[in-house]
Amino acid sequence: MRTTRNLLGSIVIGMMLIGAPAAMASSAEGLAPANNSLSDIGSLQNGAKLYFNYCSGCHSLNLMRFSRIAEDLKLTEDQVMQNFNFSGVNFGERVPAKMNPADGKQWFGAAPPDLSLMARAKGVDYIYNYLKSFYLDPSRPLGWNNTVFPNASMPNPLWELQGLQTASFAPAHGDQPAHFEKFELHQAGSMSSEEFNKVARDITNFLEYTAEPAALKRTSVGIWVLLFLTLFTLLAYFLKQEYWKDVH
Amino acid sequence: MANRLTQAASGVQDWFNDRAPSFLPFYRKHMTEYYAPKNFNIWYIFGVLSMVVLVNQIVTGIFLTMFFKPSAAEAFASVEYIMRDVEWGWLIRYMHSTGASAFFVVVYIHMFRGVMYGSYKKPRELVWLLGMLIYLVLMAEAFMGYVLPWGQMSFWGAKVIISLFGAIPYVGDILTEWIMGDYLPSDATLNRFFALHVIALPLVLLLLVVLHVFALHEVGSNNPDGVEIKKGPKGNRWSANAPADGVPFHPYFTVKDLFYTGCFLLICAFIIFFAPTFGGLFLEHDNFIEANRLVTPEHIKPTWYYTPFYAMLRVVPNKLAGVLTMFGAIAILFLLPWLDRGKVKSWRYRGTGFRVGLFVLAICFVWLGKIGAGPGTDPVETIIGRVLTVSYFGFFIFLWVYTAFGFEKTKPVPERVTSHD
Amino acid sequence: MANDGVDKGRRRFLTATTAVVGGVGVAVAAIPFIKSWQPSARAKTAGAPVEADISKLEVGQMVMYEWRGQPIWIIRRTQEQLDVLPSLDPRLKDPKSENGDQQPAFAQNEYRSLKPETLVIVGLCTHLGCAPKLYPELTPEPFDADWKGGFFCPCHKSRFDMAGRVFDGVPAPTNLVVPPYYYVDDNHIMIGISEGAA
Repeated sequence: MRTTRNLLGSIVIGMMLIGAPAAMASSAEGLAPANNSLSDIGSLQNGAKLYFNYCSGCHSLNLMRFSRIAEDLKLTEDQVMQNFNFSGVNFGERVPAKMNPADGKQWFGAAPPDLSLMARAKGVDYIYNYLKSFYLDPSRPLGWNNTVFPNASMPNPLWELQGLQTASFAPAHGDQPAHFEKFELHQAGSMSSEEFNKVARDITNFLEYTAEPAALKRTSVGIWVLLFLTLFTLLAYFLKQEYWKDVH
Repeated sequence: MANRLTQAASGVQDWFNDRAPSFLPFYRKHMTEYYAPKNFNIWYIFGVLSMVVLVNQIVTGIFLTMFFKPSAAEAFASVEYIMRDVEWGWLIRYMHSTGASAFFVVVYIHMFRGVMYGSYKKPRELVWLLGMLIYLVLMAEAFMGYVLPWGQMSFWGAKVIISLFGAIPYVGDILTEWIMGDYLPSDATLNRFFALHVIALPLVLLLLVVLHVFALHEVGSNNPDGVEIKKGPKGNRWSANAPADGVPFHPYFTVKDLFYTGCFLLICAFIIFFAPTFGGLFLEHDNFIEANRLVTPEHIKPTWYYTPFYAMLRVVPNKLAGVLTMFGAIAILFLLPWLDRGKVKSWRYRGTGFRVGLFVLAICFVWLGKIGAGPGTDPVETIIGRVLTVSYFGFFIFLWVYTAFGFEKTKPVPERVTSHD
Repeated sequence: MANDGVDKGRRRFLTATTAVVGGVGVAVAAIPFIKSWQPSARAKTAGAPVEADISKLEVGQMVMYEWRGQPIWIIRRTQEQLDVLPSLDPRLKDPKSENGDQQPAFAQNEYRSLKPETLVIVGLCTHLGCAPKLYPELTPEPFDADWKGGFFCPCHKSRFDMAGRVFDGVPAPTNLVVPPYYYVDDNHIMIGISEGAA
């Protein structure tokens, strides 16, 4: 009777433990899941390549070392130094900003932020959708807007791949403000929408990696720790049972 | 050979006992001849677990201090240095952050056990008071610890909480400036919080924990039946004078606690290695952005373990009244031994009113926690929050009336403990 | 009386097994903490090999680079300085550089360098770490009437020849340290790592 009650109690607590983060995590409304996988090295490598080609011109990645990227993404020093290192710093150094933040603030209104931790601050779904949600907006200084981050100062870096899209809004009525309905392709880019989704996913994947490089190792170490602790707890259980034979 | 070793060992022991004669009796009094009730159930493991977490926080904390830079300019980057550049630094950091939340899970369950089984009643009021002091110091310790990474939530959380002291009439503003050492949370604040978090409060905490356990051992442990085993028959299979329903703490409870510690570590390890941010509850999203005093985060909210009190603060319309309500909710817990006039300790034998009341208290606390974690803009939710806050305090008032005027109808309490786990 | 029916053997076995497994667990858990003291990625980057440009280094000239906080001197020795080295052997403590701690294998020769003309040496006296001064001229000096060029340490008067080898009768126990290095090309030396170990 007592053991069933305890068992039920532990199951309830266990479910609360598992359910709590899901319940409490602010699920971004209407954001399509990124579905990226950190164990997909190919995706990470492609994401890194895309990042350094399209993002690093304005954004710094100043918590990541080139040597760490090489080690984790299974690239050689030469590959990284030739394809990613445009600033000429040493292999072990961190990725600097190519753009001076003061210039960035002047040109864009806000300095392009460092992206090392952005995936942890905003979540992967946010980044994935953000990259896909730029649309032409003549009312903005640089002609671009973004439905995920309205009135962002950033222009679309990937327009050549994605193409140019416009956004249609349902008009405001009553106390309902105007809200976004859908995107329309104004001019095709070099990629199909499926191919471009992969571009956005790979960049997102790379940024999830830069936010926490240890994640690649964390889970594999964790398996061993859990196995060991299970063994130990089992032994401790038998030991406890043995001694508690004395009681009563 | 083995005989020589044991001879040598007992030789050393004799040498030691000649010079520190009270050490062995001390060990006996607190371990092998401390007779704990044999009917301890799972609710009784959480005191030991909180000591396990305390050791974890101290050890991982010492190592973090080796790499952390307590200045506003370098703090955030130094935490990322630990996460990326220091070998295994990420593990030490996650052990510390998970441990901080685990501490509160364990402590809340530990406290709830006390309310369920009447462990705060005579002769254990001192144990309860020391425990409440530990809880207060723990909240201050965790608050300061959270400020150290100097993320957005560190800074803005500090700003909000310190500004609460500004609500105190006359001295409020001087007090907040004095706490911060500046006109806003800054390098001065971070540096002094570092000193308090790393040295001052841990020492206070250790002292209080030692006193808490000593105070307990003076009167002996309570148990799920609320029966005083010291008042029962004497004589068990280990000692003729000890309580019949008592069992030596060592080896029986050391071995039992070892098993439950293993279970507990399994859960914590799962979180550390597979879900260290715990969906943003243990490590909040906004704290991965460096503190910026010119940009306010969308939702400033404290870590989950403060959210019930934060909700109370927010639903009360007046700032000073809100602060008093919030601190009052903790202060009233100190008074529990004197508000509860009932003689029966365990909820197993208490009146239905108490059980219902306790259930309501738990619901209020958890629900208020959920409200405190949210944006706090919904007017309906605010009204619910007010009802819950009133209910929270209502439990204590109800308890006093219920027990002081004889409304409680208790069940007969057994003479001996009813079973062992 | 208290132990009726107790299987002591089983109890001892279980206690020992649990203790051993627990002990292993504690030992393994200590590893990350101990390893955290190893040089971090930041320290390793700061201690990374340094590339020296010797394209403008003239004969008789010395240039200094820093590697891992140590002064590294690169000297283009004159033919006169090189020719006189074997004659100094009887006056030295370790003329054949037999102490393997003081130089990589490639520097265990008369010149203590990869190429005879260029000396790459750590500019710290092996006595107590002062920086010796270069006295390149083969003229008598107050500290040595028969001076054939080398280094003189002002702190405790230790003397080294133009290959960094320590003289007899001075406090310094060993030859000046030659760091690992290799030639990237004729004009560039990579200090801090040997060829092949790169």
